[in-house]
Amino acid sequence: MSTNKSTKVEVKNLTKIFGKRIAKAKELSRQGKDKSEILKETGATVGVDRADFKIYDGEIFVIMGLSGSGKSTLVRMINRLIDPTEGEVLIDGENVMKMDKKKLRDVRRKKMSMVFQNFGLLPNRTILENAEYGLEIQGVDKDTREKKANEALETVGITGYNEEYPDQLSGGMQQRVGLARALANDPEILLMDEAFSALDPLNRTDMQDQLLDIQDRLHKTIIFISHDLNEALKIGDRIMIMKDARVIQTGTPEDILTHPANEYVENFIENVDRSKVLTAGNVMIRPMTINIEKAGPRLTLKMMKANEVSTAYIVNNERKLIGVVDANDVIKLVREKKGDITPIIQTKVPTTDEDTPISDLMDDISQTGIPFAVVNDKRQLKGIIVRGAVLGALAGNEVSDFE
Amino acid sequence: MNSLLLLGSIPKLPLANWIDGFVDWLVQFTGFFNAVTNFIGSINNAFQWVFDALPIWLFIVLILALTYYVNRDKQNWSLLIFEFLGLLLIWNLNYWRDMTQTLTLVLTSSLIALVIGIPLGILMAKSHIAEVILKPILDFMQTMPAFVYLIPAVALFGIGMVPGIVASVIFAMPPTVRMTNMGIREVPDELIEAADSFGSTEWQKLFKVELPIAKTSLMAGVNQSMMLSLSMVVIASMIGAMGLGTKVYFAVGRNDAGNGFAAGLAIVILAIILDRLTQSLTRTRRKN
Repeated sequence: MSTNKSTKVEVKNLTKIFGKRIAKAKELSRQGKDKSEILKETGATVGVDRADFKIYDGEIFVIMGLSGSGKSTLVRMINRLIDPTEGEVLIDGENVMKMDKKKLRDVRRKKMSMVFQNFGLLPNRTILENAEYGLEIQGVDKDTREKKANEALETVGITGYNEEYPDQLSGGMQQRVGLARALANDPEILLMDEAFSALDPLNRTDMQDQLLDIQDRLHKTIIFISHDLNEALKIGDRIMIMKDARVIQTGTPEDILTHPANEYVENFIENVDRSKVLTAGNVMIRPMTINIEKAGPRLTLKMMKANEVSTAYIVNNERKLIGVVDANDVIKLVREKKGDITPIIQTKVPTTDEDTPISDLMDDISQTGIPFAVVNDKRQLKGIIVRGAVLGALAGNEVSDFE
Repeated sequence: MNSLLLLGSIPKLPLANWIDGFVDWLVQFTGFFNAVTNFIGSINNAFQWVFDALPIWLFIVLILALTYYVNRDKQNWSLLIFEFLGLLLIWNLNYWRDMTQTLTLVLTSSLIALVIGIPLGILMAKSHIAEVILKPILDFMQTMPAFVYLIPAVALFGIGMVPGIVASVIFAMPPTVRMTNMGIREVPDELIEAADSFGSTEWQKLFKVELPIAKTSLMAGVNQSMMLSLSMVVIASMIGAMGLGTKVYFAVGRNDAGNGFAAGLAIVILAIILDRLTQSLTRTRRKN
């Protein structure tokens, strides 16, 4: 991650020990004893042990670990649902640990909102009333909070359910409401505690995509807790891996995959489904393109021969994709001595964007004859995906740039 | 062996004397107890005044309308018919005024039990110390034979409705306290965390999250309290609390099975109506 980003949240030496004999437990952990040894000797449980990290403004920071690794305790210390044993949490340079009740309440109301694993929706309130909760307790008037709650519900794609109750909605929908409730406050920081873990795989993927989509528009600082490495790699700008209350490694998904800090992380990433991590952008190659506004059939054929391809991608001056031409058709055109290639362009080309995970394209790639064209939102051609490159990437090989 | 003999030779503890002494000591605060008597008496009289002012037919219509209203999402016609016939029977048996007196006693003592019991339940849920102190006291209140409360009640509040109400409150309050405590403690942690994480104050958390979610269990406690205070009416009649209980009590004295059962039946009808009404309040209702 670039270093010019400003720090939003800084955590220093943050420690939480549950139980009695805390001083003794602390001393043992300083001596390097691990969680289970300390538990056996003192009966105290080390939740988080001297965590140190920075979270930058506008990034999705994923804290990852298995259950018992301390990730949920850690996130709860950031908004002080759990009071730390020692250490500091600085938000915009302000120490959360030193805040009095009123100041803390203010920060919770305005600066950060939380999304919960099991949604945490109030069963006796309608969807709209749930989304309004954060504003309601701030004393925002009814019209304003209804408007903001409706906007937030719209952002997450839940409209027309305002008068329903949470248990009338599916899990995925309920979590969207949970997210809307958090967004309605317009917080700078979102704390998401295993927010998608209770959802089925399809819904989870949907929500991950939606979160990325929302993040593109809103640019929040998101602290996301997960036990699923695939999820972490997919949504995280940076990932912090925890094990037994300690931070093991912090870095970009790329860093973690290519330079695992130790054996634990290595074992972890071995099981990653690469098809979910790799996107179309990762495996695409540069195609042979023909600018329709410059080239006729002869030039096209010549270039195709030179590049030894049987299919060429036709673009216009702005590199916008128009279609593909087949070598046989071009040869025919040249024989008939026609000057325009427009009639032989096949415009039905499967397209996708750079961020689509390969796993979503697998089926289609195996079925279509023409390689997928990767385009951006202006339909400019960025690359193409050929079968061989996909298989190579899944096997862990680097993708070379040319066909 | 020796020590056991020694234990037997300990003179009888003057427990009864101690308690007498305590009650005597309490009696000196006549001013305070008079004030309480007047206060409870005026609540009681207010209820009674309303019930006496209502024509009987209107009273019946109101109860039917109330039943209809609380069950508006799922109408229970057999209950409405039962209430109608049951109230007509009470009217016909000439127990109407006695029934309203009993109703007054039940409503007054339930109201007081709620006003004291719900805050105590909340306190118990919030404070471990309060729970440790209150639990044995509640056990004591509920298991001590209800008759026993009558004796100091008479000493402190005289004869009539008020001591009956006080004894009923003591006997009937524990379920409200317990169920409030339980309801609040059973609110899922995640909802408490959600309330906190959005910056709720303690009061906001209580009124917007904890109490609404504990409502079902809280109302079940209210229902139980009401039934227990109804069960006190015959006992309370022994110290001059008027109503259907008095009819039963007199019938016992005269060995009059017929009138005893007739008055008892009226109590049963009243009990069923009160029970069903409070139970329908317990159900969570939704807008759509």
